[in-house]
This record gives sequence, structure tokens and C-alpha cells, in this order.
Amino acid sequence: MIDPAYKGKMVVVEGSYAVAHAAKICRPNVISAYPITPQTHIVEDLSQFIADGEIPNCEYINVESEFSAISALIGASAVGARTYSATTSQGLLLMHEALFNASGMRLPIIMTVANRAVGAPINIWNDHQDSIAQRDTGWIQLYVEDVQEASDTLPQLYKIAEDNEVMLPGMVCMDGFILSHVYEPVILLEQELTDNFLPAFQPENILDPEDPKTFGAFAAPDTYEEFRFLQEQAMQKALPKIEAVAKEFEEVFGRFHGGLVDGYHLDDAEIIVMSMGSILGTVKDVVDQYRARGEKIGVLKVRSFRPFPVQQVREAIKNSHAVVVLDKNISIGTNEGALFTETKSCLYNSKIRVPVMGYTVGHGGRDIRAESIVKVIEETKKAAKSGITVESQFLDLKEELL
Amino acid sequence: MKGIRIHGREGQGSVTAAEMLSVAAFEDGKFSQAFPAFGVERRGAPVQAFTRISDSPIRLRSQIYTPDYVIVQDATLLETVDVASGIKDDGIIIVNTTEEPESLKLNTKAKVMTVDATKVAMDVMGIPIVNTVLLGAFAGATGEINVESIQKAIRARFAGKVGEKNAQAIQKAYQLIRGEEE
Repeated sequence: MIDPAYKGKMVVVEGSYAVAHAAKICRPNVISAYPITPQTHIVEDLSQFIADGEIPNCEYINVESEFSAISALIGASAVGARTYSATTSQGLLLMHEALFNASGMRLPIIMTVANRAVGAPINIWNDHQDSIAQRDTGWIQLYVEDVQEASDTLPQLYKIAEDNEVMLPGMVCMDGFILSHVYEPVILLEQELTDNFLPAFQPENILDPEDPKTFGAFAAPDTYEEFRFLQEQAMQKALPKIEAVAKEFEEVFGRFHGGLVDGYHLDDAEIIVMSMGSILGTVKDVVDQYRARGEKIGVLKVRSFRPFPVQQVREAIKNSHAVVVLDKNISIGTNEGALFTETKSCLYNSKIRVPVMGYTVGHGGRDIRAESIVKVIEETKKAAKSGITVESQFLDLKEELL
Repeated sequence: MKGIRIHGREGQGSVTAAEMLSVAAFEDGKFSQAFPAFGVERRGAPVQAFTRISDSPIRLRSQIYTPDYVIVQDATLLETVDVASGIKDDGIIIVNTTEEPESLKLNTKAKVMTVDATKVAMDVMGIPIVNTVLLGAFAGATGEINVESIQKAIRARFAGKVGEKNAQAIQKAYQLIRGEEE
């Protein structure tokens, strides 16, 4: 049974509603919206809030494409507005060029990405290919496990992104449909606590006719490299702030979803399953079954993909016997998912020698069953004992269709 | 943890039914999760929706392959969809039909129950919308959820007269499947 103390605070709502509510509570000044499945309910709910006068001092802009959605926010953020949008898949890809601009101009725009596969072939279901394709745009990327985290991560990300030492845009990546369309009990983000937790956006530099400046106008070879260095430095400065803000959030709200990473039965784990997003819930249920039999299996949730928490990942897996990484994306031409590549990369120049295996999973929304996670863990146990035979592969491939 | 799978046709409100079930279960003090088997929406096409109910927080995100209960909104689905797929032997399948359970000839060890939800909906509401009616039958057949909690969830979703009519229809289906009303 649900703890009565919690039950009074919780409501059963759609994931998209909880996220739209959280965006509202963060007091944005400008929201741009272009609907695309499975993000649509988020911007519809925000539109309703605006129509009902529930978001004071906020402009809601219906734009004609995702390129305009991000461009409108770039302008708004540059004059000092707190900004929000949500998108997915082809919409996020259409933003790609301007995502670099937002980061290069150091504008802390926040978006929710309702992760979805990209075409061709057309597919509206969930995987992480869309946001992983934005890996190098200079946006902070936090991946969330459930609806509560999708909601709670928004004020955290505003606080991190708007920090004067960071000043980078960020996306909360939530699994499309699986989280955006699920109904589950959630504590809707609390206004009073959020007002205490998240200060008003006060950038050092804004566009102001009284004090003219330019943003991102031009940098020749004699200065461009330094802009890039400062962007990278800002990402590195974001690393400890992601941890600190998550802890501060816990102090204020009593909820913790992990900092850069989060462990589950990690301390004595011989086999570690690593992943990002909602798949972690299914993995944890499977790990409970192993633990009940005394098998030392653990889970490493990677919450921050950008910046990538090299030290925390090394620390988490250094004593394990083998690691398996589950990626809902693939870099065609390497046969690897992005988290797998990063994980191997951060180990190479360390003294840690742990076999790391990779699976790309759930492409285009293929359902990931507990039985498949068992298969993955069994293969990893074999690798821990006798070495890796196949380094990276597709999970649940239907050979009969090839 | 209990798993419920709802079969219907697009436009019949299967997803809404799954959602209302999750709200009602929470009202009863349980954790719940509802989600559609996301398809490409075409009116009339077969769809599925799922609800999980548990005494502890629900983390599992896969679809439900071995349900405890199945609800079938439209008996014509039996010709094309294996509604009994994976159901547990001690499970219950509730079908909206005028026929008796034996005549459906479902290949399952699970208990099959039938209710003429369309008639209940027409009698009480004057429209053949059976999704909420079947939730009343579900409460009566399984005892998993209080019928009052389902009515409360429906009234919260559909204000005023619509919610009230639905609540009446739910009550009627609840009593019908329990043999309390002819």
C-alpha cells in the first residue's frame, strides 16, 4: 500500500501533464511550441495553462517549425527571458543547426525531448537516436528514468544551466510514449518549494539597446578556438553542479534521482548493467530477481550524458568483473551505441581493466522485455568468466526478417 | 503485481479505460501504471491498452504479456485477435457480448465471463460507449478495485451529467456480472 503521507501529495496523471506542470512552475517567460508526436501533449497542456492565465508574465509562441521554435528562444533568452520548449525526433533534427548557436551564444534554454526514433523509415516510437545525434551541439543532456524524475529534473536543469559559471542550454531527455504517455502516481512540482529552490534568471550579459552588445556574431581564427575552449570549460564546471543541485533538490523537496550517475546494488556488484532512461526500471526489476538468488548484479544509471561523468563512471565500475551497456541508439558504421563507446573510452587511459560489452536495444520502440535483460546478463556473466566473444550487437534481432 | 490488458478498437476509449483503472487503483491506495500499446491511430483498428496495479512502486516498463485479467470491448475482435494470449490460468477474461461464455470457445484455461455492456450503455446513457461500463464489470468480476473508486475516477474525468450517467452504468454492470441484477 502507498504510504498515506505520500498518497495525499500524489496524483495519477499523464507523464506529459506532469512535465508541462513542472515547466509552468519554473516560471518561464517565453515558451515556443510546434507539436510533434509524442511531444504534443506537453505543449498542448502548456497552451491550456496559458489560456487559463496560469503562467504569469509568459509569452506562448505558436511557431511554424522547430527551426523557428529554437530560433525564437535564442532571441528571447538573449534578452534575459527564461525559455522553454519541447520537441522530439525529426523536430529536434530540424533544430540541429540552431542548437549549436544556442550553446555557442551561451544561452541557458531548456527543452524537454520526448525521445523518439528518426526516419527513414518513419517511426514514431521511442529510442534515443534523436538526442544522441545532438551529442556534440554543446547542450547539457540529462536522461530520466520515470515521470517524477522528468518533472523534477526541469528546475534542476534551469538552476544548473543558468549558473553564471555554466550558461549552457540543456535538454531533459524522457522516453517518448513510455514516459510521455504513461499514467502513474507523481508528486506535481510544488510552486512554493520551487520558488525557494530556483532563483530568477539573472544573466550577466543580455541584449539591451541601452547597452549594445552582440551575441555570436563573428569570430576569426585568432579568437574562435577560445570560444570553443570556454564552452568545454563550462561543461566541466557543470559536472559538480549537476551533483550539487541534485543534492540541494533532495534537501528542499525530499526526492533524489541521482546526480551525474546513480547506483543500484552497485557496491558489491560483479556484473554491472549500465544504461540511460526508462529501461532502467525494467533492468532493476530483473536485478532484484538475481539478487534474490544471491547473484551480485548491479545497475549503473547514467543520468548525465553531456557532460560525461568520466570519474564517476570509472569509480562505479572499477571493482566489477564485467560491464554491459544498453544503448537505445547506434552509430551506424561502428555497430556501437554512444554510451558504450563513451564507457570504453573513459577506461582506456586508466588502470581499470574490466571487460565491457554493448547491446543496442529497443530501436524504433521495440519492446524490451525482462527476458531480454536476463539474456543480456547471462551473456555478460559468460564474458566475465571467459572473455568477450562479441563486443557489441543488436538485441532481439529478428533473423527471419533479414 | 497484477496486469490488465484491454482490447478494443481505436475510438472505443481503451486507453481512457486503462487510465481510469490506474486512477481508481491509486484511489484504493495501490501503485498503478497505465499505458497504450502505441499504434498508428486509425479509427476502428484493433488497439490494446495496459494497466498494472501493485502494492509497491512499479518500475517495469515492458508491455504486459502474461496478464491476470483481459477486458474485450468488442467481441468482433475475437475473430482476428488472440485476446487470451498469455493470460494466466487463474486469470479472468471479460468480454462485451450478448453471448454466453461457453459459446465464445476461447482457447484458454482462464475463466471467461461475459456482459452485455452495450445494452447497459444504451439503457443508461443512450450511446454505445462501453469502456467505462466494462470497468464496472471488472470491479464486480475481480474484486481488485472498489467500484466506488472507479466511479470517483470517472466523475473526476467527465464532469456533470456525463460523469453521473457513466457512474450509473458502471454500477449496473458491476451488479450484473455479480448476478445481483437481471
